[in-house]
Order: sequence, then C-alpha cells, then structure tokens
Amino acid sequence: MPTDVIMPQMGESIVEGTITKWLKKPGEKVQRDEPLFEISTDKVDAEIPSPTSGVLQEIRVSEGTTVQVNTVVASIAADGEGAAAAPAKQAAPAAKPTPPAERKLETAPTPKGAEPPQATVQSEARPKPAPPEQKEGIQFPQEREEEPVRSSPLVRRIARDNNIDLSQVPGSGLGGRITKQDVLAFLEKGPAVAPARPSGGAATAPAAPAVIPGEVVPMTQMRKIIAQRMVESRRTSAHVHNLFEVDMTRIVSLRNHHKNSFEQRYGTRLTFMPFFVRAAIIGLQQFPIINASMEGENIRYHGNVNVGIAVALDWGLLVPVLKNAEEKNFLGLQRGITDLGERARNKRLTPDEVQGSTFTITNPGSFGAVFGLPIINQPNVAILGVGGIAKAPLVVTDSQGNDSIAIRSLVHLTLGYDHRVIDGAVADQFMALVKKTLENWSEEVG
Amino acid sequence: MPTLTYLEAIRQGIWEEMERDPSVFCLGEDIGIYGGAFKVTDGFIDHFGPQRVIDTPIAESAMVGAAFGAALTGMRPIAEFQFMDFIGCAFNQIVNMVAKSHYRWGAPAPLVIRGPSGGNVHGGPFHSQNPEAWFVHAPGLKVVCPARAYDAKGLIKASIRDNNPVVFFEHKYLYRRIKEEIPDNDYVVPLGKARIAREGRDLSVITYAAMVYVALEAAEILAKDGIELEVLDLRTLCPLDRDAIAQTVRKTNKVILLHEDVRTGGMAGEVSAIINEEAFEDLDGPIVRITALDTPVPFSPPQEEYFLPKVSDVVRQARRLKAY
Repeated sequence: MPTDVIMPQMGESIVEGTITKWLKKPGEKVQRDEPLFEISTDKVDAEIPSPTSGVLQEIRVSEGTTVQVNTVVASIAADGEGAAAAPAKQAAPAAKPTPPAERKLETAPTPKGAEPPQATVQSEARPKPAPPEQKEGIQFPQEREEEPVRSSPLVRRIARDNNIDLSQVPGSGLGGRITKQDVLAFLEKGPAVAPARPSGGAATAPAAPAVIPGEVVPMTQMRKIIAQRMVESRRTSAHVHNLFEVDMTRIVSLRNHHKNSFEQRYGTRLTFMPFFVRAAIIGLQQFPIINASMEGENIRYHGNVNVGIAVALDWGLLVPVLKNAEEKNFLGLQRGITDLGERARNKRLTPDEVQGSTFTITNPGSFGAVFGLPIINQPNVAILGVGGIAKAPLVVTDSQGNDSIAIRSLVHLTLGYDHRVIDGAVADQFMALVKKTLENWSEEVG
Repeated sequence: MPTLTYLEAIRQGIWEEMERDPSVFCLGEDIGIYGGAFKVTDGFIDHFGPQRVIDTPIAESAMVGAAFGAALTGMRPIAEFQFMDFIGCAFNQIVNMVAKSHYRWGAPAPLVIRGPSGGNVHGGPFHSQNPEAWFVHAPGLKVVCPARAYDAKGLIKASIRDNNPVVFFEHKYLYRRIKEEIPDNDYVVPLGKARIAREGRDLSVITYAAMVYVALEAAEILAKDGIELEVLDLRTLCPLDRDAIAQTVRKTNKVILLHEDVRTGGMAGEVSAIINEEAFEDLDGPIVRITALDTPVPFSPPQEEYFLPKVSDVVRQARRLKAY
C-alpha cells in the first residue's frame, strides 16, 4: 500500500499551507525523514521530511498551491510497488483471429468518439484518494482562488494579447472552464465586469497607475503574511516609542576579552544578543506588564519569558522564539539564539518554534542604523529595538564628581510599546533598568 | 447539365482522358469484356479496343508492375483494383518501386492506381477496408479520396495528368448513391486542395470521402439547435491542404476529425498533429477524433453499423465540444 503524505499542521491555529517546492520528483527514491517538500504557512516556512522510505509515486498538489492541513499532497510507494499502481492499459488488438464480437468487448473502453479530456484528468483505473479529512475539515473559500484557471490555448492567447487577467473572467464552459466566448465577452464589456471597487469615493480608490516600465512579481506567501501582520499591528496597538542611549563599553571589552575562548570552549560565537536578552529578561521580571498580552478587556500576564528574536532572511523575516528564556544561563541564551537563527536561515524551524513569544527583540542596527522604531509583534505589547554599537564621545563623571569627555561604545535602544496597556512611566523605568543592567554587567559570561 | 452518379463521373473522367491523350490506357481484372467489378469501364473495350483496355491475370503485383513498366516508357496507365482491400498484394510494387522511382532515377512514374474502398455495404473484412493511410505514409505517392461526383471526375482527370503516381480511393458506398449535375466541359480539380463542404462558425469537422455526408447530415441536425458546423472535405490526403486545415481551425477554434478508417495510425492523428503545429493557439477545446474501431471491418450488419462512425456520434461529440 502506498503511504499518503499529508500537509502537516504547522501549529494549532494553522488551517492551510502552501507548497512552495517539491524536493523530489515522481519516481525518485526517498528515504524516511529525508526532506520531501517545502511549505509556507502563516507561521513558518519549513522543509517537510518524508514519512517513510520508498518511491515518490505521485504528487497531487503542485508547487504554489495552498491546501488545507491533512490534505494528501503525495503518495509514496514502498520499493517495488510503484509500477503496479499505474493502470494497466489494454492494447487494442491488431489481428488476432477472434471474432469481431469479442473484439468489440475488448476495445469497448476506447469508443470511437473521443471523450473531451475531462476523462483524462483522473484516470478511471486509479483509486481515488479516500478523503476522510474532508469530512472534518472546513471548506475555506480562499482555497478556490488558488485553483488554476482552466482555459484553452486560444483563450490564453487572447488574454495575453489583451493583458487580461484570466482569474477575473467568469468561465461558462465545462467545469467552469473559460471559453472563447467568455473571454471575448469580457474583452467587449471591459472594465464594466472588472471587480467592483469599494464604494469609498474616488478619493480612496487609487488612480490607475501610470504605465512605468518594470516587472510585476507576485508576492511570496511570506511577504503577504508580513504585509498583513504589519498593517494589522499598526491598526491594533497604540504605538509609542522611547529611546535610550546605553554605554556598552564594559560589555564590548568583556566580549573582546572572551570572544576567542568562548568560541573555543563552546563551539559557538559570542555575540551581543544574549546581553540584550538577559537585560530584557531582568527588566520584564521587574515590570510584568511589558511581558503581557491584551485579551479583550483583560490583560494576560505571562508566566514565562519567551523572547522572539527577529531574523532577517534573504527572502523575508522570521521571528523564532527562545522559550522560557528566564530559565537559561548565559551560555544557554547564546546557544539558543545562534541555533534559532541558523535554523531559520536553513528553513529547519518547527512550527512550534515560531509561535508563543511574549516579548520580541529586533536588531535594526546590524547594518549601521543608529536606531529603529519597530512595530510590535502581535500579540506582544512591546518590542525592543537594538541599534548599532558605535564609538562616540560621551561625558563621563568619575566617583569624585569630575566630568570629562571620553570615547565610549554606545548603543541606542528603542522600546516600541502599546500605550493601551503600558504607560510611558513604566516603559521608561523598564528601559532604565535594561540600561543599568547593561552598563553595570556583572554576570559570568563563560 | 447531365446528372451523373459518382461512378459515372469517374467513368466519364477516364473516358475523356483516354480520348484526349492516346498514352492513357486501362488495365485490371475483368475490366474489358465484363466492364469491371463495379462496371466503371463498361463499354470501354468496344470504344477504345483491347490494346487500351487490358484484362490482367488475378495477380495484383504483376498488374502494378506492368503498369509501372509502361509508365517508365512514357505511357499513362490506369490500374484498377476490384477492391482496394487487395492492394496489399501489390504493396511492394507500389511503395518500393512506384513510389521511389522518381527519387532513385529521376524517372517519373505517371500511373494511377484506382479502385473501390470503404464499408457500410456489408462486404465483410476483405471488401470494406480503408487502406489510404498506408500510402500516405509512403513518400512519393499522392493519395486521393473524393466525396462528390464532381470532385471524383475532376480529381481522376487531374490524377491521370499528374506526373506522380497517384493512389485513387473511390468509395463504393457512394458509387451509385451520389448523383450530381456535372458540367460537360473538360474541367480538373487540382490535387492537394481541400474544399469547404459547408460553412459554419462553431465547430469544424475535418473529414473526407463517405464521412463528408455523415458530417453534413449531423450539421443539419445541429443547425436546428443553433450549432453551426463547418465541414472541410480534404479531397486529397497527400499532399494535405495544411492551409485549409489551419484556416478552419482559426475560424471555429474547435475541431472534430472524422474518418471511416480505423483509429490508430489513421489520418486523424496526422491532421491533429498538423493543427498542433499550425494553429495550437487557436484551439478553444481538445481535438476530438471520431473514427472506426481498431478492429477488422465486421461482416455482421449490426456489428458493422456499430463499428462505423455515425451521424449520432458526430452530433453527440459536437454538442460536448461546443459546451467545453
């Protein structure tokens, strides 16, 4: 029996996923746990391992298609089983001396009038996938949108020549197929059949863009999600930012001192990130309102500190979560941060690891920005932005009260917070504690 | 204009060519005194004499070989097969000698091989076949399959005058069923040109020989429902009129290919490939084939009826394709 491969549930709130890439072709051998395909969901991009060893028999969901979780996306035959699955076609007899009557029975499956190829979509001999998951699954209307538009070569040519988006053309042919008449009617009526603009007056409807030479590229799944989440967060939270200048000289020299020995001893680079994470944890434990979420008219104070760490990728942005960070020592923080970052870049995060954050840290300074004003990662109520660390002149006061100007390593930290639940005084006190922790660093580094 | 049957039109065409050109002569089994199995050459021997209307032994290979030899010496022989089913007996002469003569030696072989083909007359597996596709697949031959009496006469005359060997498939079902007014004048129908048998805007049926009438009858029925079939009669299978095929596809965008020959390896497959090459982006639906089954032609009348493409097949498939 072939093994069905299903779209996994990448987190409990996830109902669908998009197959972004098949890593195996039908007919190729695959080992158990070997990466089989890549998916993109609301939460995460991930490689999905094969559930069993065998030969990839059939891919049922093509790249770019979004399906509900638990949908069978492929089947894997045990070795040697693949050939049996192909329907045995009966060859038409050439000149056997059987009487024509019997012959006719044999050839009956190929009647003279060819069926228009709806029959070819699914070979009748192939057992249809039993869809038990359909019964419990909810049909989501957006799934229809992802279906490729069915049309003919002629219709596609007409669409191409006239710049028509075929997904806008209603089809009247078999199975909703777009016929020549459909596309010609659409062309004739023109904008009248175009989807109705929201009736907000001409002011809200953007004017048709002037044709500027360029290329139109569809958004990736991840891009769409980021776009949606960012706007959603801006609409949800009453964003306020504060900005603190922190003297990092002590930590910079500490890091320089331990950098090589740390890496040698633990096999992982020593970065600045765990310092900021530790300082934030100490602050969050002192001001639990910042490690909270709004739930309707209630505030949920989280028992643990789960730090989301924004990781920039070539193809977007992910926020893996360092769970129960308050329980980790310095080395544990560093290891966790490095590991999450690497696996985010290699698409090896589990869905579990990109959800459940209670506070987020982002790092706009990597490329030299002095500071950033980050958008809150919902449903958090605050986000810490770490600017670039740079040397600058600073007025320092010694123990005798004498001022002097010194060259110090400074960082600018911003806190984006939701003024619905956090007031400025609390936010500032939190940041003052973070600053104090960093400037007076005392924890053993390794 | 006198009204002639399809058979009489062929007879008249051969007669006129024999009158016009003394190098034209006939040979075949029982074509002289008996006048031929279907009486195509009835009365010829009395008018043209036994030197130009030659009875041969029952040996098709020898008959074609003799005709080929005569053609090489400058004659224009017309070799008659009693039934085109027996053409297999002369297959080597036709495809290896006749077809390749001009290529090998620069020696034209202007002969015509003609005879009745096709079924629907309860003739059984040896007297009903449509072997035209075998010869379409042998470069060097022209292959003709007329449907109308007018075309049968004009095309047999063109075939006799052509400097290439021509295999001329008459359809025995049409011999005496088709009657048309035929002009008296000396006209020819050029080889390699299809004709629109009926104009229509919705679907094209590309066909030839007896199936042209099946398509036309289906067109009448469908017209009552507002579905307008265009019927293209290929007339010549080699050379094929690729332009006419592409043109009708560009016009209607949906195509049915219809022939009486069996399905696999038949002309429909070739025409389908031409459409793919010439007019893929004009297709608004799948190319549909309607053909005989891949079996010998059954002798039993109800079985033969089942075996052959019917008007109802065309009507049904046309409706489906229209809705596609």
